[in-house]
Amino acid sequence: MLVGPALLIYTAVMLVPVFWSAGYSLTSGNAITGYHFTGLANIRHLASDPNVRTALWFTLRYAVVLTIGQVLLGYLLALFYVFALRRASAVIRTLIFFPVVLPTVAVALMFGRLFAIAPVEGPVNSFLNLIGYHSVDWFSSPSHAFWIIITMDIWRSMGFYAVLLYAGLIDIPETMMEAARIDGATGFRLVRHIVIPLSFPVLLSAIIFSINGTLKVFDSILALTNGGPGNATTPLTLYMFNTSFSYGEYGYGAAIALLLTVMCLIVTVTLYRWSRADQQQAA
Amino acid sequence: MATATASQRTDDRSAAGRAPATVPRRALGRFARRLPARLLTALLLVVVIYPLVWLFLGSLKSQADYLNGSAFSLPAHWMWGNYKAAWVTGDLGIYIRNSVTAVLPALALVIVLGSAAGFALQLMRWRLSRPTMLLFLAGIMVPTQMILLPLFTIYYQAGLTGTLWPLIITYTATGLPLTVFMLATYFRAVPHEVIEAAAIDGAGIFRIFFSVAFPMVRNAILTVALVQFFFMWNDLLIALTFTNSNSLRTVQVGLLNFTGEFGSIQYGPLFAAICITVFGTLILFLALNQKVMKGLAGGAVKG
Repeated sequence: MLVGPALLIYTAVMLVPVFWSAGYSLTSGNAITGYHFTGLANIRHLASDPNVRTALWFTLRYAVVLTIGQVLLGYLLALFYVFALRRASAVIRTLIFFPVVLPTVAVALMFGRLFAIAPVEGPVNSFLNLIGYHSVDWFSSPSHAFWIIITMDIWRSMGFYAVLLYAGLIDIPETMMEAARIDGATGFRLVRHIVIPLSFPVLLSAIIFSINGTLKVFDSILALTNGGPGNATTPLTLYMFNTSFSYGEYGYGAAIALLLTVMCLIVTVTLYRWSRADQQQAA
Repeated sequence: MATATASQRTDDRSAAGRAPATVPRRALGRFARRLPARLLTALLLVVVIYPLVWLFLGSLKSQADYLNGSAFSLPAHWMWGNYKAAWVTGDLGIYIRNSVTAVLPALALVIVLGSAAGFALQLMRWRLSRPTMLLFLAGIMVPTQMILLPLFTIYYQAGLTGTLWPLIITYTATGLPLTVFMLATYFRAVPHEVIEAAAIDGAGIFRIFFSVAFPMVRNAILTVALVQFFFMWNDLLIALTFTNSNSLRTVQVGLLNFTGEFGSIQYGPLFAAICITVFGTLILFLALNQKVMKGLAGGAVKG
Protein backbone atom coordinates (compact mmCIF):
# COMPACT_ATOMS: atom_id res chain seq x y z
CA MET A 1 0.00 0.00 0.00
CA LEU A 2 1.22 3.46 -0.90
CA VAL A 3 -0.31 5.10 2.18
CA GLY A 4 1.37 2.63 4.50
CA PRO A 5 4.77 4.19 5.20
CA ALA A 6 3.42 7.72 5.59
CA LEU A 7 0.63 6.55 7.85
CA LEU A 8 3.02 4.48 9.93
CA ILE A 9 5.46 7.32 10.58
CA TYR A 10 2.66 9.79 11.13
CA THR A 11 0.97 7.49 13.63
CA ALA A 12 4.15 6.58 15.49
CA VAL A 13 5.64 10.05 15.72
CA MET A 14 2.54 12.22 15.96
CA LEU A 15 -0.67 10.42 16.88
CA VAL A 16 0.66 8.09 19.55
CA PRO A 17 2.70 10.83 21.28
CA VAL A 18 -0.39 13.03 21.51
CA PHE A 19 -2.11 10.47 23.73
CA TRP A 20 1.12 9.56 25.47
CA SER A 21 1.65 13.22 26.31
CA ALA A 22 -1.90 13.42 27.63
CA GLY A 23 -0.95 10.50 29.88
CA TYR A 24 2.12 12.38 31.14
CA SER A 25 -0.08 15.20 32.30
CA LEU A 26 -1.26 12.89 35.09
CA THR A 27 2.27 12.36 36.40
CA SER A 28 5.19 14.29 37.78
CA GLY A 29 8.85 13.79 36.94
CA ASN A 30 10.84 13.70 33.69
CA ALA A 31 12.65 11.43 31.23
CA ILE A 32 15.73 11.14 33.43
CA THR A 33 14.23 10.70 36.90
CA GLY A 34 11.17 8.67 35.82
CA TYR A 35 7.47 9.41 36.30
CA HIS A 36 5.15 9.13 39.28
CA PHE A 37 1.40 9.00 38.95
CA THR A 38 -0.16 12.01 40.63
CA GLY A 39 -3.70 11.93 39.26
CA LEU A 40 -5.30 15.27 38.57
CA ALA A 41 -2.80 17.32 40.61
CA ASN A 42 -1.34 18.95 37.50
CA ILE A 43 -4.74 19.87 36.13
CA ARG A 44 -5.68 21.42 39.48
CA HIS A 45 -2.39 23.27 39.50
CA LEU A 46 -3.17 24.64 36.01
CA ALA A 47 -6.35 26.23 37.29
CA SER A 48 -4.62 28.00 40.18
CA ASP A 49 -1.27 28.89 38.57
CA PRO A 50 -1.01 32.67 38.05
CA ASN A 51 1.63 32.10 35.34
CA VAL A 52 -0.87 30.07 33.33
CA ARG A 53 -3.37 32.89 33.62
CA THR A 54 -0.78 35.42 32.40
CA ALA A 55 0.31 33.16 29.54
CA LEU A 56 -3.26 32.35 28.51
CA TRP A 57 -4.24 36.02 28.56
CA PHE A 58 -1.14 36.96 26.57
CA THR A 59 -1.74 34.19 24.00
CA LEU A 60 -5.35 35.21 23.42
CA ARG A 61 -4.57 38.92 23.27
CA TYR A 62 -1.72 38.26 20.87
CA ALA A 63 -3.82 35.99 18.64
CA VAL A 64 -6.71 38.43 18.42
CA VAL A 65 -4.66 41.62 17.97
CA LEU A 66 -2.25 40.10 15.47
CA THR A 67 -5.01 38.41 13.47
CA ILE A 68 -6.93 41.65 13.18
CA GLY A 69 -3.74 43.53 12.37
CA GLN A 70 -2.29 41.24 9.76
CA VAL A 71 -5.51 40.29 8.01
CA LEU A 72 -6.74 43.90 7.92
CA LEU A 73 -3.43 45.27 6.69
CA GLY A 74 -3.07 42.40 4.24
CA TYR A 75 -6.57 43.11 2.93
CA LEU A 76 -5.86 46.82 2.53
CA LEU A 77 -2.65 45.96 0.70
CA ALA A 78 -4.50 43.51 -1.54
CA LEU A 79 -7.10 46.17 -2.36
CA PHE A 80 -4.25 48.56 -3.07
CA TYR A 81 -2.67 46.03 -5.44
CA VAL A 82 -5.90 45.38 -7.28
CA PHE A 83 -7.32 48.89 -7.55
CA ALA A 84 -4.33 51.25 -7.44
CA LEU A 85 -1.43 49.33 -8.92
CA ARG A 86 -3.42 46.95 -11.13
CA ARG A 87 -1.20 44.94 -13.42
CA ALA A 88 1.98 46.73 -12.34
CA SER A 89 1.83 45.15 -8.90
CA ALA A 90 3.76 41.91 -9.52
CA VAL A 91 7.17 43.25 -8.47
CA ILE A 92 5.76 45.10 -5.46
CA ARG A 93 3.84 41.99 -4.41
CA THR A 94 7.01 39.93 -4.51
CA LEU A 95 9.10 42.46 -2.60
CA ILE A 96 6.55 42.96 0.17
CA PHE A 97 6.00 39.20 0.40
CA PHE A 98 9.55 38.13 1.04
CA PRO A 99 9.96 38.82 4.80
CA VAL A 100 7.72 35.81 5.44
CA VAL A 101 10.36 33.37 4.19
CA LEU A 102 13.15 34.87 6.30
CA PRO A 103 14.25 32.88 9.35
CA THR A 104 12.19 34.06 12.33
CA VAL A 105 15.17 34.03 14.65
CA ALA A 106 17.18 36.28 12.33
CA VAL A 107 14.28 38.70 11.98
CA ALA A 108 13.73 38.76 15.75
CA LEU A 109 17.41 39.46 16.44
CA MET A 110 17.29 42.23 13.86
CA PHE A 111 14.21 43.83 15.45
CA GLY A 112 15.86 43.57 18.86
CA ARG A 113 18.71 45.69 17.52
CA LEU A 114 16.41 48.06 15.59
CA PHE A 115 14.62 49.00 18.82
CA ALA A 116 17.69 48.76 21.08
CA ILE A 117 18.63 51.43 23.60
CA ALA A 118 21.81 49.87 25.06
CA PRO A 119 24.72 49.54 24.50
CA VAL A 120 23.94 51.72 21.52
CA GLU A 121 20.72 53.26 20.29
CA GLY A 122 19.16 51.53 17.32
CA PRO A 123 17.67 53.34 14.31
CA VAL A 124 14.25 53.69 15.94
CA ASN A 125 15.54 55.51 19.00
CA SER A 126 17.99 57.50 16.89
CA PHE A 127 15.09 58.59 14.73
CA LEU A 128 13.09 59.60 17.80
CA ASN A 129 16.05 61.69 18.99
CA LEU A 130 16.32 63.25 15.57
CA ILE A 131 12.73 64.50 15.64
CA GLY A 132 13.12 65.72 19.21
CA TYR A 133 11.86 62.90 21.41
CA HIS A 134 13.69 60.98 24.12
CA SER A 135 14.79 57.42 23.57
CA VAL A 136 12.42 54.74 24.81
CA ASP A 137 13.55 51.56 26.53
CA TRP A 138 11.18 49.46 24.44
CA PHE A 139 11.72 46.09 26.04
CA SER A 140 11.40 47.11 29.69
CA SER A 141 7.66 47.76 29.63
CA PRO A 142 5.17 44.96 29.02
CA SER A 143 2.91 47.01 26.76
CA HIS A 144 5.77 48.35 24.64
CA ALA A 145 7.23 44.86 24.30
CA PHE A 146 3.81 43.53 23.28
CA TRP A 147 3.45 46.10 20.53
CA ILE A 148 6.95 45.53 19.22
CA ILE A 149 6.19 41.83 18.90
CA ILE A 150 3.00 42.71 17.04
CA THR A 151 4.88 45.19 14.82
CA MET A 152 7.51 42.61 13.96
CA ASP A 153 4.97 39.93 13.12
CA ILE A 154 2.94 42.31 10.98
CA TRP A 155 6.13 43.34 9.19
CA ARG A 156 6.83 39.67 8.56
CA SER A 157 3.41 38.58 7.45
CA MET A 158 1.53 41.46 5.82
CA GLY A 159 2.88 40.67 2.35
CA PHE A 160 1.87 37.04 2.78
CA TYR A 161 -1.71 37.89 3.70
CA ALA A 162 -1.80 40.46 0.91
CA VAL A 163 -0.92 37.78 -1.67
CA LEU A 164 -3.37 35.32 -0.11
CA LEU A 165 -6.22 37.83 -0.24
CA TYR A 166 -5.16 39.21 -3.61
CA ALA A 167 -5.78 35.76 -5.07
CA GLY A 168 -9.33 35.99 -3.72
CA LEU A 169 -9.87 39.50 -5.06
CA ILE A 170 -8.81 38.80 -8.64
CA ASP A 171 -11.20 35.86 -8.70
CA ILE A 172 -14.11 38.29 -8.47
CA PRO A 173 -15.59 38.39 -11.98
CA GLU A 174 -14.89 41.66 -13.75
CA THR A 175 -18.46 41.71 -15.06
CA MET A 176 -19.75 41.90 -11.48
CA MET A 177 -17.58 44.94 -10.76
CA GLU A 178 -18.54 46.51 -14.05
CA ALA A 179 -22.24 46.07 -13.31
CA ALA A 180 -21.83 47.65 -9.89
CA ARG A 181 -19.94 50.58 -11.38
CA ILE A 182 -22.69 51.14 -13.92
CA ASP A 183 -25.17 51.15 -11.07
CA GLY A 184 -23.17 54.01 -9.59
CA ALA A 185 -21.19 52.23 -6.88
CA THR A 186 -17.74 53.74 -6.47
CA GLY A 187 -14.84 53.66 -4.02
CA PHE A 188 -15.88 52.76 -0.53
CA ARG A 189 -19.38 51.60 -1.44
CA LEU A 190 -18.03 49.30 -4.12
CA VAL A 191 -15.71 47.72 -1.59
CA ARG A 192 -18.33 47.53 1.15
CA HIS A 193 -21.15 45.98 -0.88
CA ILE A 194 -19.43 44.06 -3.66
CA VAL A 195 -15.79 43.32 -2.87
CA ILE A 196 -16.04 42.30 0.79
CA PRO A 197 -19.03 39.96 0.40
CA LEU A 198 -17.51 38.30 -2.67
CA SER A 199 -14.08 37.81 -1.14
CA PHE A 200 -15.50 36.73 2.21
CA PRO A 201 -14.63 33.02 1.89
CA VAL A 202 -10.94 33.72 1.33
CA LEU A 203 -11.01 36.37 4.07
CA LEU A 204 -12.39 33.76 6.40
CA SER A 205 -9.73 31.20 5.56
CA ALA A 206 -7.08 33.87 6.14
CA ILE A 207 -8.56 34.51 9.59
CA ILE A 208 -8.67 30.80 10.41
CA PHE A 209 -5.10 30.33 9.24
CA SER A 210 -3.94 33.35 11.20
CA ILE A 211 -5.59 32.34 14.48
CA ASN A 212 -4.30 28.80 14.16
CA GLY A 213 -0.77 30.09 13.66
CA THR A 214 -0.81 32.84 16.27
CA LEU A 215 -2.01 30.52 19.04
CA LYS A 216 1.15 28.47 18.44
CA VAL A 217 3.58 31.41 18.33
CA PHE A 218 6.96 30.48 19.73
CA ASP A 219 10.08 31.30 17.70
CA SER A 220 9.61 35.01 17.26
CA ILE A 221 8.83 35.71 20.91
CA LEU A 222 11.57 33.48 22.28
CA ALA A 223 14.15 35.19 20.11
CA LEU A 224 12.86 38.75 20.55
CA THR A 225 11.90 39.12 24.23
CA ASN A 226 12.33 35.61 25.64
CA GLY A 227 8.98 36.17 27.33
CA GLY A 228 10.09 39.26 29.21
CA PRO A 229 10.03 41.64 30.89
CA GLY A 230 9.32 39.15 33.69
CA ASN A 231 6.78 36.82 32.13
CA ALA A 232 4.69 39.58 30.58
CA THR A 233 5.10 38.37 27.00
CA THR A 234 5.25 34.62 27.67
CA PRO A 235 2.72 32.67 25.58
CA LEU A 236 1.54 29.21 26.64
CA THR A 237 3.91 27.57 24.17
CA LEU A 238 6.96 29.19 25.74
CA TYR A 239 5.73 28.59 29.30
CA MET A 240 5.31 24.91 28.44
CA PHE A 241 8.83 24.80 26.98
CA ASN A 242 10.42 26.47 30.00
CA THR A 243 8.48 24.35 32.49
CA SER A 244 9.54 21.16 30.75
CA PHE A 245 13.10 21.82 29.76
CA SER A 246 14.36 24.52 32.13
CA TYR A 247 12.71 23.14 35.27
CA GLY A 248 12.46 19.49 34.21
CA GLU A 249 8.78 19.24 35.14
CA TYR A 250 7.55 17.12 32.24
CA GLY A 251 4.28 16.20 33.90
CA TYR A 252 3.22 19.78 34.37
CA GLY A 253 4.63 20.71 30.98
CA ALA A 254 2.45 18.03 29.40
CA ALA A 255 -0.57 19.46 31.21
CA ILE A 256 0.15 22.91 29.74
CA ALA A 257 0.58 21.35 26.29
CA LEU A 258 -2.78 19.63 26.74
CA LEU A 259 -4.41 22.94 27.63
CA LEU A 260 -2.87 24.50 24.50
CA THR A 261 -4.05 21.65 22.28
CA VAL A 262 -7.58 21.73 23.66
CA MET A 263 -7.65 25.47 23.08
CA CYS A 264 -6.50 25.05 19.45
CA LEU A 265 -9.07 22.30 18.96
CA ILE A 266 -11.96 24.36 20.32
CA VAL A 267 -11.01 27.46 18.32
CA THR A 268 -10.46 25.53 15.07
CA VAL A 269 -13.69 23.56 15.33
CA THR A 270 -15.68 26.67 16.25
CA LEU A 271 -14.29 28.68 13.36
CA TYR A 272 -14.76 25.79 10.97
CA ARG A 273 -18.38 25.29 12.01
CA TRP A 274 -19.01 28.99 11.76
CA SER A 275 -17.51 29.23 8.27
CA ARG A 276 -19.47 26.20 7.08
CA ALA A 277 -22.71 27.62 8.41
CA ASP A 278 -21.91 30.90 6.75
CA GLN A 279 -21.15 29.37 3.39
CA GLN A 280 -24.32 27.33 3.44
CA GLN A 281 -26.26 30.46 4.24
CA ALA A 282 -24.65 32.23 1.31
CA ALA A 283 -25.40 29.34 -1.03
CA MET B 1 -8.56 34.64 -23.94
CA ALA B 2 -9.75 36.26 -20.73
CA THR B 3 -6.66 38.45 -20.49
CA ALA B 4 -7.04 39.47 -24.12
CA THR B 5 -10.56 40.77 -23.60
CA ALA B 6 -9.60 42.43 -20.33
CA SER B 7 -6.73 44.37 -21.84
CA GLN B 8 -8.84 45.29 -24.82
CA ARG B 9 -11.37 46.81 -22.50
CA THR B 10 -8.70 48.84 -20.71
CA ASP B 11 -7.53 50.06 -24.07
CA ASP B 12 -11.05 51.18 -24.98
CA ARG B 13 -11.42 52.90 -21.68
CA SER B 14 -8.17 54.79 -21.80
CA ALA B 15 -8.21 55.47 -25.55
CA ALA B 16 -9.83 58.85 -24.98
CA GLY B 17 -7.20 59.81 -22.44
CA ARG B 18 -4.22 58.43 -24.28
CA ALA B 19 -4.42 60.36 -27.53
CA PRO B 20 -3.90 63.81 -25.99
CA ALA B 21 -1.32 62.46 -23.54
CA THR B 22 1.31 64.49 -25.36
CA VAL B 23 -0.30 67.62 -23.95
CA PRO B 24 1.83 68.27 -20.82
CA ARG B 25 -1.10 69.36 -18.66
CA ARG B 26 -2.80 66.01 -19.09
CA ALA B 27 0.39 64.13 -18.30
CA LEU B 28 0.84 66.26 -15.19
CA GLY B 29 -2.73 65.53 -14.16
CA ARG B 30 -2.18 61.83 -14.50
CA PHE B 31 1.04 62.07 -12.54
CA ALA B 32 -0.77 63.88 -9.73
CA ARG B 33 -3.54 61.31 -9.76
CA ARG B 34 -1.05 58.50 -9.38
CA LEU B 35 1.07 60.30 -6.81
CA PRO B 36 -0.65 58.95 -3.66
CA ALA B 37 -0.29 55.36 -4.91
CA ARG B 38 3.37 55.96 -5.77
CA LEU B 39 4.12 57.53 -2.39
CA LEU B 40 2.41 54.68 -0.57
CA THR B 41 4.37 52.15 -2.62
CA ALA B 42 7.62 53.94 -1.83
CA LEU B 43 6.77 54.04 1.86
CA LEU B 44 5.99 50.32 1.88
CA LEU B 45 9.24 49.48 0.16
CA VAL B 46 11.22 51.59 2.64
CA VAL B 47 9.51 49.85 5.56
CA VAL B 48 10.28 46.43 4.13
CA ILE B 49 13.74 47.02 2.74
CA TYR B 50 15.37 49.61 5.01
CA PRO B 51 15.83 47.24 8.00
CA LEU B 52 17.70 44.85 5.74
CA VAL B 53 19.94 47.57 4.35
CA TRP B 54 20.70 48.68 7.90
CA LEU B 55 21.43 45.07 8.82
CA PHE B 56 23.82 44.71 5.91
CA LEU B 57 25.67 47.94 6.74
CA GLY B 58 25.90 46.81 10.38
CA SER B 59 27.49 43.56 9.28
CA LEU B 60 30.39 45.53 7.81
CA LYS B 61 31.09 47.76 10.83
CA SER B 62 33.79 47.22 13.41
CA GLN B 63 32.77 46.90 17.07
CA ALA B 64 33.89 50.46 17.89
CA ASP B 65 32.21 51.83 14.79
CA TYR B 66 28.92 50.16 15.71
CA LEU B 67 29.03 51.27 19.34
CA ASN B 68 30.15 54.87 18.77
CA GLY B 69 28.91 55.75 15.30
CA SER B 70 25.44 56.93 14.36
CA ALA B 71 22.82 54.30 13.63
CA PHE B 72 22.40 55.74 10.15
CA SER B 73 26.05 56.05 9.16
CA LEU B 74 27.94 54.00 6.62
CA PRO B 75 30.75 51.78 7.94
CA ALA B 76 34.01 53.68 8.54
CA HIS B 77 35.93 50.70 7.20
CA TRP B 78 34.23 47.97 5.24
CA MET B 79 34.96 44.99 7.48
CA TRP B 80 34.39 42.00 5.22
CA GLY B 81 36.34 39.99 7.78
CA ASN B 82 33.19 39.92 9.93
CA TYR B 83 31.79 37.30 7.57
CA LYS B 84 34.81 35.08 8.02
CA ALA B 85 34.59 35.55 11.80
CA ALA B 86 30.91 34.57 11.77
CA TRP B 87 31.58 31.52 9.62
CA VAL B 88 34.63 30.21 11.48
CA THR B 89 34.79 31.62 15.03
CA GLY B 90 31.02 31.86 15.22
CA ASP B 91 30.63 28.25 14.01
CA LEU B 92 28.02 29.30 11.46
CA GLY B 93 29.62 26.86 9.01
CA ILE B 94 28.89 23.97 11.38
CA TYR B 95 25.32 25.16 11.99
CA ILE B 96 24.59 25.37 8.28
CA ARG B 97 26.03 21.90 7.71
CA ASN B 98 23.82 20.55 10.51
CA SER B 99 20.73 22.23 9.11
CA VAL B 100 21.40 20.79 5.66
CA THR B 101 22.06 17.32 7.09
CA ALA B 102 18.79 17.39 9.02
CA VAL B 103 16.54 19.12 6.50
CA LEU B 104 17.44 17.45 3.19
CA PRO B 105 16.77 13.80 4.18
CA ALA B 106 13.58 14.85 5.97
CA LEU B 107 12.48 16.81 2.92
CA ALA B 108 13.13 13.87 0.59
CA LEU B 109 11.20 11.53 2.89
CA VAL B 110 8.28 13.91 3.25
CA ILE B 111 7.97 14.31 -0.50
CA VAL B 112 8.24 10.62 -1.40
CA LEU B 113 5.99 9.36 1.40
CA GLY B 114 3.62 12.31 1.22
CA SER B 115 3.08 12.12 -2.52
CA ALA B 116 2.57 8.35 -2.38
CA ALA B 117 -0.03 8.80 0.35
CA GLY B 118 -1.67 11.75 -1.40
CA PHE B 119 -1.87 9.75 -4.60
CA ALA B 120 -3.39 6.73 -2.90
CA LEU B 121 -5.88 8.77 -0.91
CA GLN B 122 -7.04 10.82 -3.87
CA LEU B 123 -6.96 8.47 -6.85
CA MET B 124 -7.53 5.04 -5.37
CA ARG B 125 -10.84 5.31 -3.60
CA TRP B 126 -11.26 2.74 -0.92
CA ARG B 127 -13.40 2.45 2.15
CA LEU B 128 -11.09 4.16 4.62
CA SER B 129 -9.63 6.85 2.40
CA ARG B 130 -11.81 9.62 3.79
CA PRO B 131 -11.23 8.82 7.48
CA THR B 132 -7.49 8.50 6.79
CA MET B 133 -7.51 11.91 5.16
CA LEU B 134 -9.26 13.42 8.16
CA LEU B 135 -6.69 11.77 10.40
CA PHE B 136 -3.90 13.51 8.51
CA LEU B 137 -5.84 16.77 8.58
CA ALA B 138 -6.10 16.65 12.35
CA GLY B 139 -2.30 16.68 12.45
CA ILE B 140 -2.19 20.17 10.94
CA MET B 141 -3.94 21.53 14.01
CA VAL B 142 -1.96 19.77 16.76
CA PRO B 143 0.67 22.06 18.34
CA THR B 144 4.18 20.60 18.30
CA GLN B 145 4.37 21.05 22.06
CA MET B 146 1.89 18.20 22.41
CA ILE B 147 4.32 15.63 20.99
CA LEU B 148 7.66 16.94 22.27
CA LEU B 149 7.78 15.23 25.65
CA PRO B 150 7.05 11.64 24.57
CA LEU B 151 9.43 12.04 21.63
CA PHE B 152 12.13 13.33 23.93
CA THR B 153 11.68 10.27 26.12
CA ILE B 154 11.75 7.90 23.14
CA TYR B 155 14.86 9.45 21.62
CA TYR B 156 16.55 9.53 25.01
CA GLN B 157 15.86 5.86 25.64
CA ALA B 158 16.79 4.84 22.09
CA GLY B 159 20.14 6.59 22.51
CA LEU B 160 19.54 8.99 19.63
CA THR B 161 20.08 12.18 21.63
CA GLY B 162 23.65 12.79 20.43
CA THR B 163 22.72 12.67 16.73
CA LEU B 164 20.66 14.54 14.18
CA TRP B 165 18.23 11.61 13.80
CA PRO B 166 15.61 13.09 16.16
CA LEU B 167 15.41 16.14 13.91
CA ILE B 168 15.11 14.12 10.71
CA ILE B 169 12.39 11.88 12.15
CA THR B 170 10.42 14.69 13.74
CA TYR B 171 10.57 16.95 10.69
CA THR B 172 9.38 14.10 8.48
CA ALA B 173 6.41 13.34 10.70
CA THR B 174 5.35 16.92 11.30
CA GLY B 175 5.72 17.77 7.61
CA LEU B 176 3.52 14.91 6.41
CA PRO B 177 -0.01 16.18 7.19
CA LEU B 178 0.21 19.37 5.14
CA THR B 179 2.16 17.64 2.34
CA VAL B 180 -0.35 14.81 2.01
CA PHE B 181 -3.21 17.25 2.04
CA MET B 182 -1.76 19.68 -0.48
CA LEU B 183 -0.62 16.94 -2.85
CA ALA B 184 -3.95 15.15 -2.66
CA THR B 185 -5.63 18.29 -3.95
CA TYR B 186 -3.12 18.50 -6.80
CA PHE B 187 -3.63 14.83 -7.71
CA ARG B 188 -7.33 15.61 -8.03
CA ALA B 189 -6.44 17.43 -11.26
CA VAL B 190 -4.96 14.27 -12.81
CA PRO B 191 -7.65 12.82 -15.10
CA HIS B 192 -8.95 9.43 -14.04
CA GLU B 193 -8.83 8.16 -17.63
CA VAL B 194 -5.04 8.43 -17.70
CA ILE B 195 -4.69 6.24 -14.63
CA GLU B 196 -7.23 3.75 -15.94
CA ALA B 197 -5.52 3.60 -19.31
CA ALA B 198 -2.22 2.83 -17.63
CA ALA B 199 -3.86 0.13 -15.52
CA ILE B 200 -5.44 -1.44 -18.60
CA ASP B 201 -2.03 -1.43 -20.28
CA GLY B 202 -0.88 -3.61 -17.41
CA ALA B 203 1.06 -1.17 -15.27
CA GLY B 204 1.20 -2.07 -11.58
CA ILE B 205 0.29 0.36 -8.86
CA PHE B 206 3.88 1.45 -8.21
CA ARG B 207 4.53 1.81 -11.91
CA ILE B 208 1.43 4.01 -12.32
CA PHE B 209 2.51 6.15 -9.40
CA PHE B 210 6.14 6.62 -10.42
CA SER B 211 5.85 6.78 -14.21
CA VAL B 212 2.42 8.30 -14.74
CA ALA B 213 1.05 10.25 -11.79
CA PHE B 214 4.27 11.57 -10.21
CA PRO B 215 5.57 13.26 -13.40
CA MET B 216 2.17 14.85 -14.00
CA VAL B 217 2.31 16.78 -10.73
CA ARG B 218 6.03 17.53 -10.81
CA ASN B 219 5.48 21.28 -10.62
CA ALA B 220 3.16 20.95 -7.67
CA ILE B 221 5.69 18.77 -5.91
CA LEU B 222 8.39 21.39 -6.31
CA THR B 223 6.02 23.97 -4.83
CA VAL B 224 5.17 21.81 -1.85
CA ALA B 225 8.83 20.91 -1.34
CA LEU B 226 9.72 24.60 -1.18
CA VAL B 227 7.03 25.30 1.39
CA GLN B 228 8.20 22.39 3.53
CA PHE B 229 11.81 23.46 3.11
CA PHE B 230 11.06 26.88 4.59
CA PHE B 231 9.11 25.35 7.47
CA MET B 232 11.92 22.94 8.36
CA TRP B 233 14.78 25.34 7.76
CA ASN B 234 13.18 28.07 9.89
CA ASP B 235 12.07 25.74 12.69
CA LEU B 236 13.28 26.64 16.14
CA LEU B 237 11.14 24.67 18.59
CA ILE B 238 12.03 21.15 17.44
CA ALA B 239 15.70 21.97 16.88
CA LEU B 240 15.99 23.63 20.27
CA THR B 241 14.44 20.63 22.02
CA PHE B 242 16.49 17.88 20.42
CA THR B 243 19.94 19.42 20.03
CA ASN B 244 21.92 19.30 23.23
CA SER B 245 25.41 20.30 22.15
CA ASN B 246 26.99 23.05 20.12
CA SER B 247 28.19 20.62 17.45
CA LEU B 248 24.57 19.61 16.71
CA ARG B 249 22.98 23.05 16.56
CA THR B 250 21.05 24.07 13.47
CA VAL B 251 21.25 27.56 12.01
CA GLN B 252 18.33 28.90 14.04
CA VAL B 253 19.51 27.52 17.38
CA GLY B 254 23.04 28.64 16.60
CA LEU B 255 21.91 32.19 15.86
CA LEU B 256 19.97 32.30 19.10
CA ASN B 257 23.10 31.41 21.06
CA PHE B 258 25.47 33.27 18.81
CA THR B 259 26.65 35.77 21.40
CA GLY B 260 28.09 33.07 23.61
CA GLU B 261 30.72 31.94 21.12
CA PHE B 262 32.75 35.12 21.28
CA GLY B 263 32.59 35.63 25.03
CA SER B 264 30.90 38.99 24.60
CA ILE B 265 28.61 40.27 21.89
CA GLN B 266 30.55 41.03 18.71
CA TYR B 267 28.05 43.01 16.69
CA GLY B 268 29.81 42.84 13.34
CA PRO B 269 29.99 39.03 13.19
CA LEU B 270 26.49 38.72 14.70
CA PHE B 271 25.07 40.94 11.97
CA ALA B 272 27.13 39.08 9.38
CA ALA B 273 25.66 35.78 10.57
CA ILE B 274 22.12 37.17 10.43
CA CYS B 275 22.89 38.51 6.95
CA ILE B 276 24.11 35.15 5.69
CA THR B 277 20.94 33.38 6.84
CA VAL B 278 18.65 36.16 5.65
CA PHE B 279 20.21 36.66 2.23
CA GLY B 280 20.57 32.91 1.70
CA THR B 281 16.82 32.38 1.97
CA LEU B 282 16.26 35.58 0.05
CA ILE B 283 18.20 34.33 -2.97
CA LEU B 284 16.27 31.08 -2.96
CA PHE B 285 13.05 33.04 -2.76
CA LEU B 286 13.94 35.45 -5.55
CA ALA B 287 14.91 32.56 -7.81
CA LEU B 288 11.64 30.72 -7.27
CA ASN B 289 9.31 33.39 -5.92
CA GLN B 290 6.23 32.56 -7.98
CA LYS B 291 6.25 28.96 -6.77
CA VAL B 292 6.89 29.93 -3.16
CA MET B 293 4.12 32.51 -3.13
CA LYS B 294 1.65 30.18 -4.77
CA GLY B 295 2.59 27.33 -2.47
CA LEU B 296 2.47 29.21 0.81
CA ALA B 297 -0.77 30.95 -0.05
CA GLY B 298 -2.29 27.71 -1.37
CA GLY B 299 -1.38 25.83 1.80
CA ALA B 300 -3.11 28.45 3.88
CA VAL B 301 -6.36 28.49 1.93
CA LYS B 302 -6.66 24.73 1.85
CA GLY B 303 -5.42 24.25 5.41
